Amino acid sequence: MNGKRKKLSEQLVDAAWWLERRLHLVKLWETTAGHPIPKSSVSWFYTFGSMTLLCFVIQIVTGIVLALIYVPTAAGAYESLEYLNFQQELGWLMRAMHYWGSNCMVIVMAIHMTQVFLWGAYKYPRELTWISGIVLLVLTLAMSFSGQVLRFDSDSYWGIGIGAAIMGRVPLIGAQLVDLLLGGPIIGSDTLSRFFALHVFVVPGAIIALLSMHLRLVLGKGINENPTPGVLVDRRTYDAEYQKMLQKQGIPFVPNGVAKDVVANGILLLVIVALAIFVGPKGPDIPGDPTQLIAEAKPDYPFLWLLSAAALLPNGSEYALFFVFPVIAAVVLFGLPFFVGEGEKSWRRRPVSLIAVILTYLSVIMLTYAGLTGPWSPHMDAWSGAIIKPQFIKGRTPLELQGALVFQNMQCRNCHAVGGEGGHRGPDLTSIGTIQTQPQLVRQIIQGGGNMPAYGKNLSPDQIKALTAFLVSLRPPNTAPAMDSAMPEKPLRASNEEEPKKAGKKNEG
Amino acid sequence: MTSHEPSHPPLSPEAKNYSTRRDFLLQIGVVINTIAAFMIGVPVIGFVVSSLIKKSPRVWISLGPVSKFPEGATRLVAYQTPYRREVDGPTGTMTCWVRRLPGDKFRILAANCTHLGCPVRWFEQSQLFLCPCHGGAFYGDGERAAGPPPRALYPYEYKIENGELMVKSGVLPTLANPA
Repeated sequence: MNGKRKKLSEQLVDAAWWLERRLHLVKLWETTAGHPIPKSSVSWFYTFGSMTLLCFVIQIVTGIVLALIYVPTAAGAYESLEYLNFQQELGWLMRAMHYWGSNCMVIVMAIHMTQVFLWGAYKYPRELTWISGIVLLVLTLAMSFSGQVLRFDSDSYWGIGIGAAIMGRVPLIGAQLVDLLLGGPIIGSDTLSRFFALHVFVVPGAIIALLSMHLRLVLGKGINENPTPGVLVDRRTYDAEYQKMLQKQGIPFVPNGVAKDVVANGILLLVIVALAIFVGPKGPDIPGDPTQLIAEAKPDYPFLWLLSAAALLPNGSEYALFFVFPVIAAVVLFGLPFFVGEGEKSWRRRPVSLIAVILTYLSVIMLTYAGLTGPWSPHMDAWSGAIIKPQFIKGRTPLELQGALVFQNMQCRNCHAVGGEGGHRGPDLTSIGTIQTQPQLVRQIIQGGGNMPAYGKNLSPDQIKALTAFLVSLRPPNTAPAMDSAMPEKPLRASNEEEPKKAGKKNEG
Repeated sequence: MTSHEPSHPPLSPEAKNYSTRRDFLLQIGVVINTIAAFMIGVPVIGFVVSSLIKKSPRVWISLGPVSKFPEGATRLVAYQTPYRREVDGPTGTMTCWVRRLPGDKFRILAANCTHLGCPVRWFEQSQLFLCPCHGGAFYGDGERAAGPPPRALYPYEYKIENGELMVKSGVLPTLANPA
């Protein structure tokens, strides 16, 4: 303009300033990525929040890609997943990334929550950060559940059936809730569409909204300082002290405080990719077809503990698990920052909190393990599929051999293992002969009891006689059969020895 | 809880106690928008819960000629629900266990376990229905035999019309809405 053209670099600088004067990027940067954080918070323990965010981004990207192929109808969903697995270029990898990204998101989020809890970050003034985080956890679990419904294979179909059965237990409005869940009278395409809409529109939208709030709160209230044991939170002084600390030893999150996050996220990304490549996508299993009565209905990892708890709790306590437990959990989690919003932050001086975390983790891990092995599920094919090993038949009398046949043919092994093979729903019978007498076994078989049906109507007296003879013969070598302690077998005695006193015996029983 | 909360700044002192034309306009706007919100919101909610408004009753469905079912045998029968649409694919089919008693009497049971809805399987030898999920067991007549189920298998109403066995079904049975 002034006769002499500006250099390119100067033009670029001008352009940058033009943008800056309009967008105020410097200010935006200072209040977001570059916001000051306490130096003590630059820690590996503080990386799980950003790792959860990374998982969410992976889920969005892979989810959009999958939606290009997936067909959300009961008639077409299964086939479209097969297509993704075997026909669509890299479809299997996208499915696998989405699946493992989802599992990792739940795990990393749980660790993030644990860290926040143990480091006392839910206390004043970060109550709403904690609460929005709890809601995000619930929404993430909702994503996980609705996602596995979209797989629409056998597991998924019967899984919704379980969901409907649980809803059907709600007093008064159970039938209405079942209807709302299924979107009609049966588990069908309307059900799938419902979960599709939730999984793709409603819940992700809610997550993005709450995540914005969560991050805004993190920026607004500042990241929690790494607590020093003995330094208590006081509402009257905390804010001023926090600001003073930021001025003294605050550093900008980007670039000074972000290194550990970057490394941790890189590792997590590698882990997810490795799991996706080497383990691959989950399913689909056999199609969701009500005429195929082969249901394991095993949910994905995040819900296995719930399945185990439902299976292991005493009969009739389902109401407590499904309706009372969530209410208690909600009161505890949402109320936490209000009940104990001040005081000690460091876990080193909060033994009850530490024990609560350890117990929770132990419970969830053990229940998940139990869920993987599922010992409460009968082996429906054991009666026809699992052999009786030779050592359990060798040297038996004809009657006992007949009993072995009854044992096999009457589906006993679906619930009872012998030599480790068979179901584990009922007791393992490998050495039942050393524990129960024949009369006791007869009673148990005829009348049932515990979790065993009564076979009185379905077995003839001869069959029961043979069966119990075989069961009594199930003993390790050289061991005597069980004896009834109330009526001991008369031992052989020398003629000059006195009989033991009867009265003393009676009291023992 | 709030006793130690830092005190908030005082509210604006110059709150006016007269109303202007703008205030009036704002009130009109609020009223219009409230009406509009109802006009949009009520149909949306009605759409979502429409399955509650328009009930799906159980209907009579044919399971085939009576002669198909030998006396004393328990058979799995698959039938299409009247609510099936093309997009439902295999899920538009339902199943029930049909047990023919002596004569023209039947016992028709839903295949869904009363515990958590898993499909029970019939075992002829031991005359038991066993559930693969948590080991619920039912006798041949559907009565609860053992395990976690809270009640007997859901029995369906049936009738015989022109030699055809008809069952009243078509809806997924649950504890709240048993067959």
